[in-house]
Amino acid sequence: MSLDNSTIQKYLISNFGMSVSEFHEQHNMLVFEVTPDSIHDVVKFLKEDSTLNFNFLTDVCGVHYPDSEEDRQFTVVYHMHNWIDNVRIRIKTYLNAKNPVVDSMTDLFKSANWQERETYDFYGIKFKNHPQLKRILNMDEMVSFPLRKEFPLEDSGRTDKDDRFFGRTVHNS
Amino acid sequence: MSDLLLPPEERYAKLIEEKFKEDGTELQILNLGPTHPATHGIFQNIILLDGEKIIDGEGTVGYIHRAFEKIAENRPFYQINVLTDRLNYCSSPINNTAWWMTVEKALGIEIPKRVQYMRVIVMELARIADHIICSSVMGVDTGALTGFLYVFQYREKIYEIFEEICGARLTTNMGRIGGFEREWSPTAFKKLNEFLEEFPAIWEEFENLLTRNRIFMDRTIGVGGISAEEAINFGFTGPNLRAAGVDYDVRVANPYCSYEDFEFDIPVGTNGDCYDRFCVRNAEVYESLKIIRQALDKMPEGPFHADVPDYYLPPKEDVYTNMEALIYHFKIVMGEVPVPITEVYHPVEAGNGELGFYLITDGSRTPYRLHFRRPCFIIYQAYNDIVRGSMLSDAIITLSSLNIIAGELDA
Repeated sequence: MSLDNSTIQKYLISNFGMSVSEFHEQHNMLVFEVTPDSIHDVVKFLKEDSTLNFNFLTDVCGVHYPDSEEDRQFTVVYHMHNWIDNVRIRIKTYLNAKNPVVDSMTDLFKSANWQERETYDFYGIKFKNHPQLKRILNMDEMVSFPLRKEFPLEDSGRTDKDDRFFGRTVHNS
Repeated sequence: MSDLLLPPEERYAKLIEEKFKEDGTELQILNLGPTHPATHGIFQNIILLDGEKIIDGEGTVGYIHRAFEKIAENRPFYQINVLTDRLNYCSSPINNTAWWMTVEKALGIEIPKRVQYMRVIVMELARIADHIICSSVMGVDTGALTGFLYVFQYREKIYEIFEEICGARLTTNMGRIGGFEREWSPTAFKKLNEFLEEFPAIWEEFENLLTRNRIFMDRTIGVGGISAEEAINFGFTGPNLRAAGVDYDVRVANPYCSYEDFEFDIPVGTNGDCYDRFCVRNAEVYESLKIIRQALDKMPEGPFHADVPDYYLPPKEDVYTNMEALIYHFKIVMGEVPVPITEVYHPVEAGNGELGFYLITDGSRTPYRLHFRRPCFIIYQAYNDIVRGSMLSDAIITLSSLNIIAGELDA
């Protein structure tokens, strides 16, 4: 018996009600939003429920949306995979710009440890109850969070090259 | 503040003092890396030792972090391919192809069957090259250099095939959106057939040198083992997971590039130790050869790229004489191509496990966000748990059997 996306959706809504929302499919993958307060419970439920069986946390990463409203400027994206029925899902949780904090998944999946450290390192998103939340790829002395959109790719004072001439800018303006 | 947030040397200084007061044992700190021949890459391990036994360790990574995710947010899609080369540089074509497939999924491009088969061939060759390095380096770390030098000739042959296909050897930058940049030359097919003919015997000989070798078995059996549950919890994929007995392979679970057309087995181990990892990789080489043979036999006729003038550069001759070709050339080079607003996660089975590209597009010429799910990065966090309590020399062999590639670790 394989698990289809509508079953997952029904299960989650009946257990978490308003905390899970925005269900849709993208390239055959179920995508939905979870409030930051219940993300840990949802992931725990997905992992431990005997029907859902999402036994593998594939990926954790952050995204920055500086133009969104303040409560939705940071996103943590989780990709989970059920190996028994071979279903993948993507879970998003939106965080506040001033104080981006979300529960750590390290107690459920050890693989979350470094991935959350990486997300902290690059976005400054804090993970509550993480055993070792410190920088991982950048040096410890660094103060900024380099994957935030306001952080420039290169020294903005450079005048010797102009990326616009090489099709290298985000927009052609 | 948790102790774990301190730099390891400070943390260990306390432990050393406590232990000395307790029973007079003198623990010591060993700094393994960042540039140490046994680490095969630039990453540091600070290890707390009791004699030769490892009490604890902490890895420091990021020595060759090159901010690919940041650079990718400022480059059009075709300029990102060169970044993916440098992830797992032992098997660049897999990364390249994975990137093109991610972009094609986002843009909704259908790929001709022939291109898919050609991609399967280069990816499997790259996997063989990757496994050649890992397995033979395990030999080196247990004191057998001969096998390493012997099979490296054949990695060279694989690189010659790559050179024939795309002009480059290590960082291949192979392919384009929609297919390959040129038709494969007859020499490429000739070299490929030569390789398929000669290599199996060589690989068998290499296996004979080590697989039932008493010294090698003593050094690897029961060393650096991890159970299946732990491996899944730690996010293991690829040969390292399969060595623990879990038959998860992205090529079978989520077939891409027509992998469903080919017959092949997934070799699995039982103990998840260094020896099983070695055996699983060796067996996978034969499976890869099997896939390449099938792909060559079944390869249909057809073009070497999809017919997508919006994204695929027109032939150079046309650009000089044909107005339309010139316009397309200019638009593609300057990144003026239509891009839908979408999100894609595309996993492939790379040399070390599930390599995933998570791409968010916002309609502009560059990705809004590109995240690399790098198997090495995720696997390496288990390293200290695996080696805790074992001997220092076992830690070295464990490191090489996990096949941690610094480029993929740091991105």
